[in-house]
Amino acid sequence: MKLRRNIWSVLLNVVAFTMTAVVFVPMLTIVVNAFKTQKESSTLTLSLPKTLQWDNFSVVIERGKLGTAFTNSLIYSFASVALIVLITLLAAFVISRNKSSLNLLIYTFVISGIAIPINYMALIKWLQTLGLMNTRVGVILVYTAMNLPISLFMAYGFMSSVPRELDESAIIDGCGFWGMFVRIILPLLKPVVSTLFVLNFLNCWNEFMLPLYLLNSSEQWPMTLAVYNFFGLYERSWNLVCADILLTCLPVLVVFLLGQKYIIDGLTSGAVKG
Amino acid sequence: MRLQKRYPSYVTLPVLIIYVMFLLVPGFIGIGYSFTDWNAYSSDVLFVGLDNYKKLFTGSNYFTNIGNTLLFTLGSTICKLIAALLLALLFTNKKVWLRNIQRTIIFSPQVLSFLIIGLVFRGLLHPSTGFLNIFLRSIGLDSLAQKWLTDVRFAFPSVIAVDMWRGMGHGMVVFITAIQSVPASCYEAAEIDGASYWQRVFKVVLPMIRPSILVITVLNITYGLRVFDIIFVLTNGGPGHVTSVINTAVYREFAMGNYAMGSTLSSVLFVIVMIISVFASRLMSRQEVET
Repeated sequence: MKLRRNIWSVLLNVVAFTMTAVVFVPMLTIVVNAFKTQKESSTLTLSLPKTLQWDNFSVVIERGKLGTAFTNSLIYSFASVALIVLITLLAAFVISRNKSSLNLLIYTFVISGIAIPINYMALIKWLQTLGLMNTRVGVILVYTAMNLPISLFMAYGFMSSVPRELDESAIIDGCGFWGMFVRIILPLLKPVVSTLFVLNFLNCWNEFMLPLYLLNSSEQWPMTLAVYNFFGLYERSWNLVCADILLTCLPVLVVFLLGQKYIIDGLTSGAVKG
Repeated sequence: MRLQKRYPSYVTLPVLIIYVMFLLVPGFIGIGYSFTDWNAYSSDVLFVGLDNYKKLFTGSNYFTNIGNTLLFTLGSTICKLIAALLLALLFTNKKVWLRNIQRTIIFSPQVLSFLIIGLVFRGLLHPSTGFLNIFLRSIGLDSLAQKWLTDVRFAFPSVIAVDMWRGMGHGMVVFITAIQSVPASCYEAAEIDGASYWQRVFKVVLPMIRPSILVITVLNITYGLRVFDIIFVLTNGGPGHVTSVINTAVYREFAMGNYAMGSTLSSVLFVIVMIISVFASRLMSRQEVET
């Protein structure tokens, strides 16, 4: 009996570590190859580089125009995320406090767009009509719109945990709506702000389809599009491509390591409660 | 009325306006364009009625895209669901060492962009210089080394496998949280009654985490229908049209200047996703009432 249990335990661990290796090895391969010379990286394996080629990174930054792309990605991501967080929190707060039929209708209406696929050709035509095509503002507004439904869903789910009594006392103390929201409610929303910030940042930073359709000029490209383009030009230099990939993932990995708790909170909030 | 004054509805306007202006309006304009011959070569846009839809449902190449999209959705959803469930069971088992670190590693591809993952696997799955085939040959399994992304037989399963590599961690994390919220007394009761491990899994764990399974399934389905990045980068729909899905076909039509046909394909997707969304949200709200 004891032997059987031991075999079972070893077997479970073998399966577990194999699965983890399957996920880990591809990522490790990219990191290792980013430090090789072009010749060493002609086959993508885990063999270690003879000397660490730190130059790869500076070469990539220069040839891949990563400076501009990085700035663009930062602008798009931060502007959209700030807008998303601000307007969804306001809307979620008011809807959850005053569940009038109009407000609930607005909520359902917006939530039903969680999975909407965008028709990019029509979007391009529409942005041209509005004069927003090939502008940063246009891109930021579309990023925002894409992520609004799911963000509103998460923010709304959180609001019921903020006690109503606080509103009452704020009103008695003479606060108007904005005073109450900014001074009393907002500080209590830190957890959901973090979750929304982290998840939306990842979504915006990783977005590829939208800039592919909407941005013609390389001056406005975010990191994803710059990497894709770089890959097209340097397909045979995997050391450089790997270095480029690594640089693109760096901010995302930082956000992941710092905000892991919030990512998991966000992903499980809707799913576990039902 | 007092509530209305205290919590003014107008603050929902920014959400409403941006949502309608940049998500809904383009969708409906697109449906409008699907009844025209809009293209890059002439400035006149003529009404052609249902011609595009006729072409879509009779021209076999266009229809393949819809079939492939449904196949990808079905395949990737089932694979990811089963993998996520097994992983969640594995990493809630106290016998497994370093559970937290392993979970974090398996979850981590979730935060990377599909584009990056596509590029990485294009390198790793390369027939002669990629990691996978070199590894298979080094352990003597030469016969298993294939042209993963360019062989008609393997392209589709390869794409689903890469998608699984990225996506299974999401389901796993959600299921782990759900499994951990099942009260221990449930397991104990089953154990006292003499239930075997798998009996406990099927009779206790799975029914208790049903809501999470449903949510993950819905998320995977709506993702699968809209898939673009990973296929575009890995195979761009090839070889031939084997892995071509609606969104990669839309981009192809867009690049060729056939905006009307692109809009038609996009509109079909729009309608499919909206029907499923309505269906899913009903299913999920019914669940909420039950629990």
